[in-house]
Formats: sequence, structure tokens, C-alpha cells
Amino acid sequence: MATNNSIRTETFPSGIASVGLDTVERQIPADEPPPLAPNGELSVIGKSFPRPNGRAKVTGAVRFTVDIKLPGMLHTRVLRSPWPHAVVRTIDTLAAANHPGVRAILTIADPAKPQTATLHYIGEPIAAVAADSIAAAEEALHLIRVEYQALPFVADIDKARDPAAPLVHDDTTAPAGHPSGFPAAAGLPLNGNVRGPAISRRGNVSRGFAEADAIVEAEYSTHVQTHCCLEPHAIVADWRPDGLTVYMSTQFTAGVRDEIAAAFGLPLNRVRVIVDAMGGGFGSKSQLGNYGRFAIELSRQAKAPVQLFLEREEEQMDAGNRPGTWQRLRIGAKHDGSLTAISLVSYGTAGVGLGAGVGNNAEALYSCPNFEGAQHDVFINAGPGCAMRGPGNTPGAFGLEQTIDELAEKLGTDPLRLRDRIDPCPVRREERRIGAERIGWHRRHAPGANSGPVKRGLGMAQSLWGANVQTNAACEVRIMRDGSVEVLSSVQDIGTGIATVLAQTVAEVLGLRPDEITVRIGDTEFPPGGPSYGSRTTASTTPPARTAAWRVQQQLLREAALMLNASVNELIAVEGKILVGSDRSRFLTFRDAAARLRTDRIAAVASRSDDYGGFRRRAGEDAALAQQDLGGVQFAEISVDTEIGIIRVERVVAVQDCGRPMNPRQIESQVQGGVLMGISYALLEERIIDQATGRMVNPNLEQYKLVGPRETPEIDVIVLENYQGRSATDAYGIAEPANIATAPAVANAVYNALGVRLRSLPMTPAAVLAAVGKVPQRS
Amino acid sequence: MFSPTSAMTVETQHPGDDAPANPPLVTIELHVNSAVWTLCVEPRMTLAEALRGPLQLTGTKIACNRGACSACTVWLDGVPICSCMMLATDVGTRSVTTIEGLASGEKLHPVQQAFIDHDALQCGFCAPGMIMSCAALLERSPQPSADDVRAAISGHYCRCGTYPHVIAATLDAAKMRRA
Repeated sequence: MATNNSIRTETFPSGIASVGLDTVERQIPADEPPPLAPNGELSVIGKSFPRPNGRAKVTGAVRFTVDIKLPGMLHTRVLRSPWPHAVVRTIDTLAAANHPGVRAILTIADPAKPQTATLHYIGEPIAAVAADSIAAAEEALHLIRVEYQALPFVADIDKARDPAAPLVHDDTTAPAGHPSGFPAAAGLPLNGNVRGPAISRRGNVSRGFAEADAIVEAEYSTHVQTHCCLEPHAIVADWRPDGLTVYMSTQFTAGVRDEIAAAFGLPLNRVRVIVDAMGGGFGSKSQLGNYGRFAIELSRQAKAPVQLFLEREEEQMDAGNRPGTWQRLRIGAKHDGSLTAISLVSYGTAGVGLGAGVGNNAEALYSCPNFEGAQHDVFINAGPGCAMRGPGNTPGAFGLEQTIDELAEKLGTDPLRLRDRIDPCPVRREERRIGAERIGWHRRHAPGANSGPVKRGLGMAQSLWGANVQTNAACEVRIMRDGSVEVLSSVQDIGTGIATVLAQTVAEVLGLRPDEITVRIGDTEFPPGGPSYGSRTTASTTPPARTAAWRVQQQLLREAALMLNASVNELIAVEGKILVGSDRSRFLTFRDAAARLRTDRIAAVASRSDDYGGFRRRAGEDAALAQQDLGGVQFAEISVDTEIGIIRVERVVAVQDCGRPMNPRQIESQVQGGVLMGISYALLEERIIDQATGRMVNPNLEQYKLVGPRETPEIDVIVLENYQGRSATDAYGIAEPANIATAPAVANAVYNALGVRLRSLPMTPAAVLAAVGKVPQRS
Repeated sequence: MFSPTSAMTVETQHPGDDAPANPPLVTIELHVNSAVWTLCVEPRMTLAEALRGPLQLTGTKIACNRGACSACTVWLDGVPICSCMMLATDVGTRSVTTIEGLASGEKLHPVQQAFIDHDALQCGFCAPGMIMSCAALLERSPQPSADDVRAAISGHYCRCGTYPHVIAATLDAAKMRRA
């Protein structure tokens, strides 16, 4: 260990554990803990401890936002547009305001403010009523008189691209994009309903295609998927003279606090956002949302706590969705498989919103000197899309990974061998090797080789996802004089189990059990935690937790060193004791050491330092991308009944990586969830809009089909230990990469079964029967 | 594409003035988790709403409110039902068991314990309903197969995708119960 004042050099484990570990030297901040050993040498991290709130969750005791009831709390219902495109000419809320029980009304689409009076999709909010009961609020909605002037609309992406189509937005109403490029780049041109293109380019694709020995080209389309969180979007806002408290089912307490402060002109220290348990988000609960603003404003006006919980129909129409996409991919290669050019053109629609690109798979997954991408957003009169588990790359991978398989076939090579040739990532190479062995890839037959009506197939696909890190993330660790310990952060547990890994992280440092650590999260009164999106929670929050635990431990060890007549760096903390390393008979219990503290408690706060060795690049003020992307390779074994068109996924092997795995069973849960959401996306889900009315015809959970237990295949989850020495825990994310490869893996397996490619999602029985020529193709 | 030839003006319905008055409240008794509650409810109130509202038993969840997701599953005389699909006034003297009433004091039901051990929940919103169906399965079928568990939870949605762990947990709970 070499040190100067602010940095020191340390040696970290490096590489994939199953292949063999090496070491890497990194310069790290002097006030960060020493390198963490590989999981095999640790007692708590890397083991499958249960969730600290598991008991509360299985007994019904845990409190979700929809379970919160404050004294005097009012209930809100929202009047929503019945028209896909219309202007509110007049709105009369007088009768509603006089209805018994009504306490406040908010006019959202207001003819007096012309920029708010135009409605762009069915389900867009017009007015909101807060009343003593839901029934009174509902009754009051019927008393609001609205005169609409209906306008021409377009609810289909292909028709919206026609220059003669009705315009959804003009320059004044179109969303602006964002400098970060997410959900879409800023400053792109708007022509009719088409915004863009966002261009990305390297090399010269014309030259690349001229040099190619083989070229494949195909078009792919994906449908709109909705998030279907079981807990609806929900908020309870309690505006008081001395400050605002908001209980919200949110993926980002600290971010929502910032949004509220800005929107309502409040200082940050007068806004508190709290979430105990939250019932799923998948990207759709990342922001305050229109409903959040309504509840806060109604609370301010009514001077009472106000709840606003969306109903399922509102969830489906106005709580976000995964945009639908269309893409054309063209890929050229030499005989030896090396790629010479990739071109991508895409058009996608996030309804009235932005962010319908197909991600960066085509640009970044494979080595290719020449690339050109042109991605467009197309506006239609439908509810706005938003981020959903692997946004962009999930629909993108459906096209790219089938095209790569098609190229392999054209070159007469195995899809795995081609990927070994063109994929530079050593982690995915190992993942392909492991997965192929586990699924029995050698059994894969020629496309369409089965003779009977039931065809079987094997397929695989890869995922690419950036390893995001929130640098605006911190943790506090406290040791009390009675030996109790707590870790605090505003980070929220969306269900992935961050509470468990925070307890493990702190316990590992202090030599305690995870159940001896109290985890206090989901409250902006605590140090700011990162968001639960972008697969970044563990990567952002566990390093500062370990650093804070280590720093507060140093204070405790100074006391212990005096007692043990030893120096601080001779001491080790294991099994609830503080020992002298060279003479283990000399020890104090952790509790006895804490009892020596001068004050009731000691504490340390640490924030997320930059990755050791630096980030690849910053992503805005508060976040960055780590050097190494997250990988993931999935294999699917399927059968297709060509008489009835049903595709059955029988087995999935998912080989994933997330840096250091912190809790294998929770990671397995995440990966199973990603795979199942991917199967659901591939085969079942679809938002269906009636083109005559612009109305979603399946805004529920019975006609909007989700994967259930009967469609659940055997899922083998294998997670690599991939050490890079990049942070105090070296842990990264898993949720999104686990979702990206599933649909294309299934699609490649379907091709292997049928010998015919399905290039459009969802792969329904009708699509299968059309593909095998049993029914006419849908136009 | 829908292109009306001329702009249209439409009004929302306006039922307020001549709408019939709400029917009177009804006094009912509910037998829930071995306690008897006397409630005064609107006739339209569902069992799920009665549990979550006046009884404050919020462990029972409402996610779709129309019997499509089974998040609201409780037992009615030991049989799992969707409590969002039954009016509170229709329960009568039948006994209702909710997730809050499944454990024996501090001792969790084996299915509850197995859900923790197998991480058979992520966000946990579907877990109460899922646990009630799995526990009911073990009452009627002490040695279920994996397919029996699939059938027992086939009406349940879990958006986090916990089905594999739910199946493993329930099979394990069956073993614990027999041991």
C-alpha cells in the first residue's frame, strides 16, 4: 500500500472467478476502505441472506403508499379526455365544486390558458377533484361540464409518418428532448409528426458495404408494452405551513424531491419524500408525474392531506409504456465473419412523448469499423411512453440479434462462432461458452428440421447495457453506544432488495450479521440515495455504505485499540468481536467496544466516489457510465405447435454478470423476472388501440395478457463473479440486462424450429400460423 | 385515421340533478381472522374495500379490482376467493381469513416462512394473495406437485416474475409441514 496525502495505490482482485483471478492495481482515494476480497473469502457479502423486511411483506404488515391513511385525508379522482385530440372550449366546475364532500378542484385543461386547452390523447387529464370520499370525488367528475371541439387525430405510426396526417404536436407543444440524449436528444428537427433523425456515425458505411462478401438486410417491428406494476401509481401529499411531506410509490425519492421543490418554489429542506415498500416500477415511477403535481396542488388548496391512486385503466392509458418501434438493419461482413458495415434506420413512437429509439446495440455490441444510425421519433395521439426495463436496447436487440443470426446462416457458420469472431467482450465470450454447455447447444438442428406438427428449436441472443452509476449517492452508518448499528440512505427498495445488500455490506465491514444492521431507507431525511432505475442502485449505493461503515469503524477501533493495548491497524472485526490479529485471545466484543463510546452514537457519511481508474464518461451532473458494460447471454429452448400457432418456451438459460454479485438469490430473482418479462413481451403483451376511436381497447389485466405461472419455463440462472477493482464493493447492476436478450433468443429459437423468421412482436398464434402459411398474412 | 369532416361539439353526461339518491347504508357483521366486526357499509362496498378500509387490514391488496390478478385473494371458509369480486354484504356468516390472520401468533405459516427463505417475493405486492392461494393448496393437497402449485396460482399475476421461487417455496413449505 503506497500512499500520499489524498490517494494511495491498492491491489484488487480482477477477472472472472470461474476462469481464474488476477490482480489489478488502482489508485484510490486515501479515505476509502481497502480492497474487498473475492466473495469466496468473505463471510456475508456474496451469500443469499433474506430480505430484512421479508417478514413484514409475508404478513401484510409492510406499508405501501396505497395503504397509507392520514387523518383527514382527501381522495382524488381525475377527469380524463374521452377524445384522442380535441380542444377544451369551455369547462364548468361550479356544480362539482358545490357537490357535498368536494374540497378542491383543479382545472388542468383550461381554455383560459390556451397552451393547456388542447388534449392529445385519450386519458389525458382535464380536471382533478379532491373530496372526502372516492365516491364523492367520482360523483363530482360527472358534474363537470366540458365542451370539446374534436380535432382530427392519428393513432398509428405508419399513418402518422404520412405528411398529410393530422399533426399531433407543433413546435410549441412538442417535448424538447434532453442534452443527455435520454429519453431523446435535444434540438432535433420536427417535420410533420416525425422528429429527428438522431444520427450516429463512424467510418464510412458505403465503403464498408462495398467491401462486404455477404450482406443481410431486414425490417423488424415491436409493439407497445405497458408496465403493469401491481401497485398503481400512488401519492399521498400533505402540504402544511411548515413544509410538504409526500408519500409516494416512486423509484427515486431524492429526484422527486428536487422536482417538487422546483415546481412549487419550495426550498429542498421543506420537502420530504417517503416510500416504505413500493409495488413495482419498471421505469414508470421514475418521476413526479402529472398525478403527483395534481395531488400536491390539491393538498395545498384544500389544506389537507390528499391521496391520488390511479385505477388500472388509468395505469394502462396514462402511466407510461414501452414505445413501439420499427427498424431496418443492414449488415455487411467478410467471409471470415468480420463485420464491414452496419446501417440502422428506425422509427418508433412513444405516443405524444419522446424516447422511442432502438438503443445502442447495433452501434456498440459488435466490432465494426463502419456504422451509421438514423433514429426517429414519431408522434401519435396516444399516451406518452417512458423508460421501461432496458429502454431502447430491448426492442433494438430483437432486430439486431436476429440479423446477426441471419448473417451467420448466410456465412454458413454457427451463431456462437460468429459472435466469438465479432464480439470483443471477454465476459460475454465466457457467458456464451457456459450457456451453450448448459442448454446443450450441440443438439441444435438445422432450421425447420422437425417433421411433425410440433417443431422444436434452440436459439440464443446477447444483451448490452451500460453500467450506470449515480455519483449523487450517499450513505450514513451509525453505531450506537449499545452496539446497535444502522445504515441510512434515501435510496428506495423497488423490490430488488437493496435493503438486504446494504445490511450485508455494513455487516461485512463490522464483523456482524446482516440481521444486526437496521436499514433505514426510502426517506429524503437521510443522505441522498440514487434512483432505482438504469440498473444502478447497487452500483451507486453499496460503495458509499461500505466506505461509511469503514470510516465509522475506524472511530470505534481507536477506542478498542486503547482497551486492547494494540494499534488500530492490528485489529480485525469478525463474528461480533474486535480481535488483535496476531493474538486472537485478545479481543473485545463489538458491544463492549461500543459501550466505551464517549457519546450515544458515532456516525460517518460517505458519498459515491468516482470509479477507481475513472469512468468512461459522465452522464449529466449526477451520474456516469462505468468503463465496462454489463453483458448477458441467454439461450432459449422452445416448441411451436404449428396446428394452433402456440409457441411454448420450455427452458431458458440466462448467463449474466453484474460485477461482484452481492446476494445470489436476489440476483436470481431479478434475472428470472427479466426473463419472464421478456417472454411476456415476446409472446403475449400488446397495447391495442382501436384506430377508429383512438382508444386502447385492453386497458386492464384480463385482455392485456401477461405471462403467468403456466407459461413459466424452467429458468437456469448463472451469474459470473466479474471483478474489476472499480469501487469499494465492485458491484454493478442486473435488472435490465436480464430482460434485453430474452425476446430475440426466443425469436431465434422460433426460427430454428420453423425455418421461417418472425420479425414482428408479439409472436402470437396468428403470427405463427401466418408465418407457416396456414392463414393469410395480416396486412 | 379518424378525420371528421367538421368539428364536433360534445358534452359529458350530466346525471347530477335527476340521479337517484344513494341507497341507504347497510349494517353487517363480518367474521374476519376469528374476530367479529360490525360495520355500516354502502351496499356497493366490496369485501376487499371493507377489509382495507374500515377494518384497516391493508395486507389484502387491490391491483386490478376485477378478478383478473388475484392480488386480493383471501379465504372464505378456507377457500381462496378474489375479495374484489364479492360484495361485503354477501359474505354473511362465512369466515374470512386474510394474510394478517394466517400466522399463529408470532409463528409464521410454513408458506410464509418459505416465501422469505426462497425469496419468493420482490416488490411483495402480489405476495399476500399468492401466499393465501399456496397455503390453501397445502390444506387440500399436502403433497402437491409443481404443476399443482402452478394450477393453484394460475390466476395470480406477479410482474416481478417470482413464479419460479413461489413454486419452489410452496413445495418446500409442504415438506416443512409434513416434517
